[in-house]
Amino acid sequence: MTTRVLVGKLGLDGHDVGAKVVCRSLMERGFEVIYTGLRRSPEQIAATALEEDVDVVGVSILSGAHVPLLEKLARALNDAGLRDKLWLVGGVIPKGDRETLRELGFSGIFPAGSSPDAVAAFIRENAP
Amino acid sequence: MSREKKSDVRPAKLESGLDVQAVYGPEDVERTGGWDSIGKPGEYPFTRGIHPLMYRKRPFTMRQYSGFGTARETNERFRWLIANGQTGLNVAFDLPTQIGLDSDAPMAEAEVGRVGMVVDSLLDMEEAFEGIDLERITASLTINGSAVVLMAMYFAMARKRGHDLSTLRGTAQNDILKEYVARGTWVFPVEPSIRLVGDTIEFCAQHLPKYSPVSVCGYHIRESGALPHEEMAYGFLIARAYMDHVISRGLAVDEFASRLSFNFDIHGNFLEQIAKFRAGRRMWARCVKEEYGAKDPRSTVLRMIAGGGGGGLAIEQPELNIVRTAYYALASALSGTQTMALCSYDEAYTIPTEKAARITLRTMQIVIEETGICDTVDPLGGSWAVETLTNEMENKIREAMAEVEHWGGIVQAISEGHLQAHVSRRAHEREKAIRSGEIRKVGVNCYRIEEEEPAVELHPWRPEEVDRARQRLAGLRNERNGARVRQTLDRVRTAASSGENVMPAVMDAVEAYATVGEVMGALKAELGTFSEPVRF
Repeated sequence: MTTRVLVGKLGLDGHDVGAKVVCRSLMERGFEVIYTGLRRSPEQIAATALEEDVDVVGVSILSGAHVPLLEKLARALNDAGLRDKLWLVGGVIPKGDRETLRELGFSGIFPAGSSPDAVAAFIRENAP
Repeated sequence: MSREKKSDVRPAKLESGLDVQAVYGPEDVERTGGWDSIGKPGEYPFTRGIHPLMYRKRPFTMRQYSGFGTARETNERFRWLIANGQTGLNVAFDLPTQIGLDSDAPMAEAEVGRVGMVVDSLLDMEEAFEGIDLERITASLTINGSAVVLMAMYFAMARKRGHDLSTLRGTAQNDILKEYVARGTWVFPVEPSIRLVGDTIEFCAQHLPKYSPVSVCGYHIRESGALPHEEMAYGFLIARAYMDHVISRGLAVDEFASRLSFNFDIHGNFLEQIAKFRAGRRMWARCVKEEYGAKDPRSTVLRMIAGGGGGGLAIEQPELNIVRTAYYALASALSGTQTMALCSYDEAYTIPTEKAARITLRTMQIVIEETGICDTVDPLGGSWAVETLTNEMENKIREAMAEVEHWGGIVQAISEGHLQAHVSRRAHEREKAIRSGEIRKVGVNCYRIEEEEPAVELHPWRPEEVDRARQRLAGLRNERNGARVRQTLDRVRTAASSGENVMPAVMDAVEAYATVGEVMGALKAELGTFSEPVRF
């Protein structure tokens, strides 16, 4: 079965170059990708993930607001019963914040500069 | 007789697709369009620059993008930059302000003061510019989706300080069309957004003749993936869309065209960027004169800020970015830019620290003070290579413009998401080309070193400052004259729905201390909001 991946832009940040490159790279490698577009709230992302029955929830944030936003997203995903899905985040994520994000449940962290290959490989290895 | 065989020559191509010759001669200039379009500096069609004496008379303005946290913190950084020799300001607003939310809006919560300064009301605008001489230091406001409100606040702040608006100088970015393609701070649907840009152009033509109400940005579209010739093409088409709209409202081209300006990117092949600007300058001059019938030579001049170059910088071995930006500064100066701003070496990670910001400012100062290239106007003019590439680049830009016409024109291509899909396809191709090594990036795909993830000092985000902004907003909501605020907001709605210019009503509202969120809310109620087409 094809792995279904949601790629979402969480929060107000409008930088979608990286998110779209990841979408295209994953599509090229045979994943099914659902891209949310810009400015999604944690609740909207969780609702889309549920509706689209995805295996992977990946969000992109470059504004520096990742910790508070991902705390809320984790809550929304847990509330939606999506704890067993693979959660990823990409963007400007300083080293010092990564442990916090892992503890929240975001097991794949892809700081700016990561290659889409690394994202694809991580999904292959870890997707439920 | 040369002994080299053709197969010995390493092929070289520019990003725009042009082949690079190993050697250029006068015959190449002849073959590609001749020498006629080169002319003299300060003379139509301005290939060599828009002033006869260029930097010999006045060097480019140095205008680093800056702003973070609250107006108070940003004001401190502004003063520090000016004390360090910066000659203009380029104001960064936080995301809630950029999309018209107050700092107490639920969606704003996590983002207040992160990527720029928070502005809720005129109070913040006043604090941000306290102690700064608005005549000596002009400010460029990087604001788009909520530009009508922030421009009105800037004007209101200047008026309160006793400035005569008819002589006030400065720039607003206010290029909403590129926000749908890159950057993403759109609010209203496409057509009403163009109308609001038209309102600002018309208002400035009538009341602020020295102010530049729009800076059309090829820059961000290039940063999002577009190739250099596409950057120019899309910028020109967007500028034309605003011009067509304003002319359809009854303004003559010479009443506003001289106040339009541009913002372009500099990373990539050195000579290609320089050719891009020289070609662009004369294409724009011809477009405004020949197609729009401008009579005033000032209308035909392409004024620009060039630089940035974030897309060319890398996370790996970040100090190398200092070297890269020095080349970008050189290319920008050799391109004849009016204003320069550069990304700082740490900008991929953080708001630039003071140290990084100072290095970037000093980089531009070294170009001016030490290299000597500001002593001679367009020192590359007449180079067979540069003039040939300039001629060839003109054709490439024209081709890219024609392609957009195939998609139904720029407004349709943006409304339906065609341009967005095209640009993101380009970004994907670029990413693959960097991965494969086809585009060489030192430290990234060649000359890598084993490095710990570089330890870059992060600019601190101060939650206590954000609380202070929210408290100030709460205080303001209690103290101001609520009836007057409601009245002025009603006027904004009426102006928006009737189609009259919203700027006078927005000025009244911000002077009554209506907030960014309130004025934008009034406009949204009448103009609606954009829903993004997702297309791959």
